[in-house]
Amino acid sequence: MMKDSMETKLDVDAMNVKFSARDVQVHYGDTHAIKDVSVDILDNTVTAFIGPSGCGKSTFLRTLNRMNDTIDICRVQGDIYLDGMDIYDPNIDPVQLRAKVGMVFQKPNPFPKSIYDNIAYGPRIHGLARNKAELDEIVEKSLRRGAIWDEVQDRLDAPGTGLSGGQQQRLCIARAIATEPEVLLMDEPCSALDPIATAQVEELIDELKANYSVVIVTHSMQQAARVSQKTAFFHLGNLVEYNDTNEIFTNPQDSRTESYITGRIG
Amino acid sequence: MSDITNNADTPRIVTSTELVAASLKRRRNKQLRLQMVGMGAIFIAFLMLFILVGSLVATGWQAFTQTHVTLEVFVDPEDIPADRLPRGDFDDTLEAALGRMLPGVDMEDRETARAVQGILSNGAQFTLRDRVVADPSLIGQTVTMKVPTSDPYDQLNKGLIERATPEQNRRVKDNEIRWFDTLKEQGAISKPFNLALFTNADSRFPEQAGLKGALVGSFWALLTCFLISFPLGIGAAIYLEEFAKKNRISDFIEVNINNLAAVPSVVFGLLALAVFIGWFGLPRSAPFVGGLTLALMTMPTIIIATRAALKSVPPSIREAALGLGASKQQVVFQHVLPLAMPGILTGTIIGLAQALGETAPLLLIGMNAFITSAASSPFDSATALPTQIFIWADSPERGFVSRTSAAILVLLGFLVLMNGIAIFLRQKFERRW
Repeated sequence: MMKDSMETKLDVDAMNVKFSARDVQVHYGDTHAIKDVSVDILDNTVTAFIGPSGCGKSTFLRTLNRMNDTIDICRVQGDIYLDGMDIYDPNIDPVQLRAKVGMVFQKPNPFPKSIYDNIAYGPRIHGLARNKAELDEIVEKSLRRGAIWDEVQDRLDAPGTGLSGGQQQRLCIARAIATEPEVLLMDEPCSALDPIATAQVEELIDELKANYSVVIVTHSMQQAARVSQKTAFFHLGNLVEYNDTNEIFTNPQDSRTESYITGRIG
Repeated sequence: MSDITNNADTPRIVTSTELVAASLKRRRNKQLRLQMVGMGAIFIAFLMLFILVGSLVATGWQAFTQTHVTLEVFVDPEDIPADRLPRGDFDDTLEAALGRMLPGVDMEDRETARAVQGILSNGAQFTLRDRVVADPSLIGQTVTMKVPTSDPYDQLNKGLIERATPEQNRRVKDNEIRWFDTLKEQGAISKPFNLALFTNADSRFPEQAGLKGALVGSFWALLTCFLISFPLGIGAAIYLEEFAKKNRISDFIEVNINNLAAVPSVVFGLLALAVFIGWFGLPRSAPFVGGLTLALMTMPTIIIATRAALKSVPPSIREAALGLGASKQQVVFQHVLPLAMPGILTGTIIGLAQALGETAPLLLIGMNAFITSAASSPFDSATALPTQIFIWADSPERGFVSRTSAAILVLLGFLVLMNGIAIFLRQKFERRW
């Protein structure tokens, strides 16, 4: 029943699909962390991954830009397509993929460099700017889109690590979008932030969906409900349910989803 | 069941509070004893350090001054003709100058004259020669010269020779003490800072022996050691820590690097003797070979320190850079390495400080030779600071006793300086995440 409704949904949005995962398995050594996950992630949409701790939602997020490659014992099987291109194809360079699929981490992690250099780093290594003026432009544009320009425009030379937690996280978002990615992956971006900073970042996420496909892993169901249009519920490595956020929270199809959103598991 | 509780013999109810109070005293005493033992250990450690440095300073400070005689030397054209330079009877000229200052001494008697000349350092005639050769117009004039006295008179001036000792047990005879006193009454004796200790190379005569050769030798050796061990050590550490797959081979390498750091230094000396000098035919006693040997010893230290420093860079920085599409090599060289640099430098400096004090391997490759000029390249023969200390400590002349201590103080000074730089770097660039 659930499976049927999901398939129909996928067909309807087929034109708009950004990421398409089929039968993805992830193993950490002997642990089977992701089991048979198939999902289509849409463009210009905020997709939330929710689920109890250890359910594999962060692991799955990290397969989307092959960050799991850096872990020796991690094996990924199955197919993941970005715009129809198999990202685990041996010909695909993960470095190139990560330029297209930006990532924001749980803990704000600005480089211990100036605010300017934090933003300029990505464009510099990818050669996106031909000269200083262009780079300046990219930095300003990214900081503006990161909704932090007004706060830092007069101290671009100050170290990024000197900003407050919320500002650091918005700086990291600005840094991620400076390389002009098509998808933005966010791994619990607000878990280290206070409520005010969280609100600012959520507002920013909402604005970003106009240009990007945003995937956000979150522990907070309220946050998922506030910012996302699609929600995927993971449990013990399985993708239990994937649907419009409204549907998930008001009319869950699976009993496990219902238990989780009503607070009985997790 | 209830019977048992009722029949239980409970003459007095002991509350847990009382039990705790009783044990508390015992626990406090135990803690106090532990603290006392710890403080005692620290006290003993400091006492030892104080005794060590104290005894070095007590014997060594004398070597930082040197007794000099100021002479009015008439450069006699008969003894030193201009056309025979640089040859001439410079010692006779000095002898005559001393004779004029010691009225009543029979300078015609060869034996006496020789004894009078013994007041001056053997090097004094060469100082005079160099001056005259540099400026031949001095011939026929009187020049004022301040020359070091020989070691026995230096000891006498510093009070290290007891005048009360019977003459036959004393290195300076009664008449010699009278000559010295006569010179002193004339104000000709002075005791300035012993600059020669740093500007002269080694010498058979303590009053002329200096550390320049050893300092230069140590400098070349350390420079060679740094230039080889720093890039190799960092390269090996980066590969092992960042790129190598973790498997049996990398474990085996890691264990062996740690073992290498614990190998006695004399073994490295033997290895260097066999390989660098025996097979490669590199010159004996050369600081370059010393540096190579020390590099072998310093490399494990640098590798271990570098790996620790790389490990301490938080993974979030690596992830941030990787997530932006930086390649592994860019992550390492643009982010991880710069952040690890203070730790790497600290480890390197401490490794070099260790190398500076290393003696055994240098003895084996012949850096304890008697060399009276400073090396002008890393391939010239030289000594190093620790081997110079070894040589001086072995010398029978009294003057070398204080010079040995002084050399140790100089070596300790350099070690303190290097460790100070390491601490400074750590404090200045240490980052809190």
